[in-house]
Amino acid sequence: MNTVATPAIDAASTQVYSANPAGARLDAERVSAWFGTHKVLERVTLSMPPGVVTALIGPSGCGKSTFLRILNRMHELVPSAKLGGQVRLNGADIYAPDTPVTVTRKRIGMVFQKPNPFPAMSIGENVVAGLKLNGARASRTDRARLIEDCLIRAGLWNEVKDRLGDAGGSLSGGQQQRLCIARSLAVSPDVLLMDEPCSALDPTSTRRIEETIAVLRDQVTIVIVTHNMQQAARVSQQCAFFLAEQGTPGQIVEAGSTKEIFEQPRDPRTADYVHGRFG
Amino acid sequence: MTTLIDLQPPAPSPQPDGDAPRTIRKSLSLSDKVFRSGDRAIAAAVLVITTAIGSFLGYQLVPTLHTYGLRFFTENQIIPSENLLGIAAGVIGTIEVAIIALAISFPLALCMALYISEIAPPWLRGALSAAVDLMAAIPSIIYGLWGLLLVAPHALYFSRWLNEYLGWIPIFHVQGGDPRAATFNLASYTQSPFIAGVVVSMMVLPVGCAVMTGVFQQAPVGEREAAYALGSTRWGMIRTVVIPFGRGGIIGGTMLALGRALGETIAVLLILTENFDLKLRPLEEGGVTISWLIANFWGDVSQVQLSALLAAGFVLFVITLIVNTFAAIIVSRSRSGAVTEI
Repeated sequence: MNTVATPAIDAASTQVYSANPAGARLDAERVSAWFGTHKVLERVTLSMPPGVVTALIGPSGCGKSTFLRILNRMHELVPSAKLGGQVRLNGADIYAPDTPVTVTRKRIGMVFQKPNPFPAMSIGENVVAGLKLNGARASRTDRARLIEDCLIRAGLWNEVKDRLGDAGGSLSGGQQQRLCIARSLAVSPDVLLMDEPCSALDPTSTRRIEETIAVLRDQVTIVIVTHNMQQAARVSQQCAFFLAEQGTPGQIVEAGSTKEIFEQPRDPRTADYVHGRFG
Repeated sequence: MTTLIDLQPPAPSPQPDGDAPRTIRKSLSLSDKVFRSGDRAIAAAVLVITTAIGSFLGYQLVPTLHTYGLRFFTENQIIPSENLLGIAAGVIGTIEVAIIALAISFPLALCMALYISEIAPPWLRGALSAAVDLMAAIPSIIYGLWGLLLVAPHALYFSRWLNEYLGWIPIFHVQGGDPRAATFNLASYTQSPFIAGVVVSMMVLPVGCAVMTGVFQQAPVGEREAAYALGSTRWGMIRTVVIPFGRGGIIGGTMLALGRALGETIAVLLILTENFDLKLRPLEEGGVTISWLIANFWGDVSQVQLSALLAAGFVLFVITLIVNTFAAIIVSRSRSGAVTEI
């Protein structure tokens, strides 16, 4: 599966902290994407193993967010969007006709750039909104336990435990983002995709989210898009550098362990980018 | 008028060292000044005209109450030759027709709006929106004829069916329309408030539908995607994001439709036959509404009776004003009417 152009990294070659991390393995193979006739992504191959935080880095417009949205079938919500290639979750193609899209999205959760709690719901209701949306029934005690568990995992419990009935919109931006993480965790996903989760947040909130990511790493496979090089260096164990050069669709220039990408990049363009010489 | 509570802190009193807030004077260019005064004049004219209509109609209450007293509100008949005039039957009939119209148009408008904004493929969206807008452009006389000639002959059977199975509930009962009689007494079912309500419902449907569609389409993309990313079906997303966001639009659009249904005249005049009974049996033949009374009688009444008809118009004006004001308040208070936060 390893190709010369975009070497995929498996868990064994990366520094792994947990012997048996939970989460699923996500493999993208030769993924291309178009908006109408405009090609934005060129045959991207990348492996995202469990127990590892994968950071997707690169300048704006290089297709990394599009790639992320392809990983849980959000890409197809855009009317003109098309894609090619395969995305496999533990070996099974998520775009196979017999796989319901709702099941895929439940197993591969997503946290967005802008915090988006449901404003009509309380904090507690927001956490378990996924159950309601999926028509799952849960007893009152189960639900209370799930709310507490997910808020603890998202690092928000202590701040909100006394006001679970307040509106989700009453929280600060950083708290809202952690609430969104808790909401994603409540449907027990195998993979959590994060699309620049800290770009709308202040440094303190950013630090809290990064701590949360570190805690969650062994529980769920994490893929994060970030514009912040320091953040990529801090939270990820493997990195993929995307670039769309003048008029060409975005592709992975280099992928490897975060240490390698930041300290000994093979490609000069990667070196220029991670050292802040462009982008 | 805009704020009920003044949240501005009191202006600080000048300090001894001369530290006081300074007044900032805006200097406007000539074109700005001309534009502003022109705009102000037009805006003022709207207020003046509305107030003038209201006060003219309101003033008619004076001779009316002087002649008829409070019987103007309680009397159900209008017989110009006997100088008998009251709006009780008209008020009841107006509300009856409006409620029937809403009961039919509300679910249709809601489903139509959800279909246009959420489900229809993009190429169909524009066409459907245009078709709904076109419904609003059809003259009401056409609706009236359509109702009289095409809807009524078929609606009769539905009326009879309702009477047959639900006739034990008073509002579905039809006097003299025994569904088990040997011959179907058609006359008891024709030209009823129910049929008028069906026709009016088609006339007010575009109003409600347009408002709801507009609001549903503004439901934030972020929240929609959040629902989908949790594995929601489309219906789950609509229920959790679109409908809560659009609640103000749903209520506001319905109220606007109600406002229009209350005042609808020509179609109702064509369909309803005169019946001053204070009845709550909409399936039964005949009935009157306030606008029906005015349109039907204005040509053959005396001066004071004409004032009374205009006063009836004032009552309608007030009812519609109350409904529209409620609609405006609800729409502006809900999140969908307000500026999106963050």
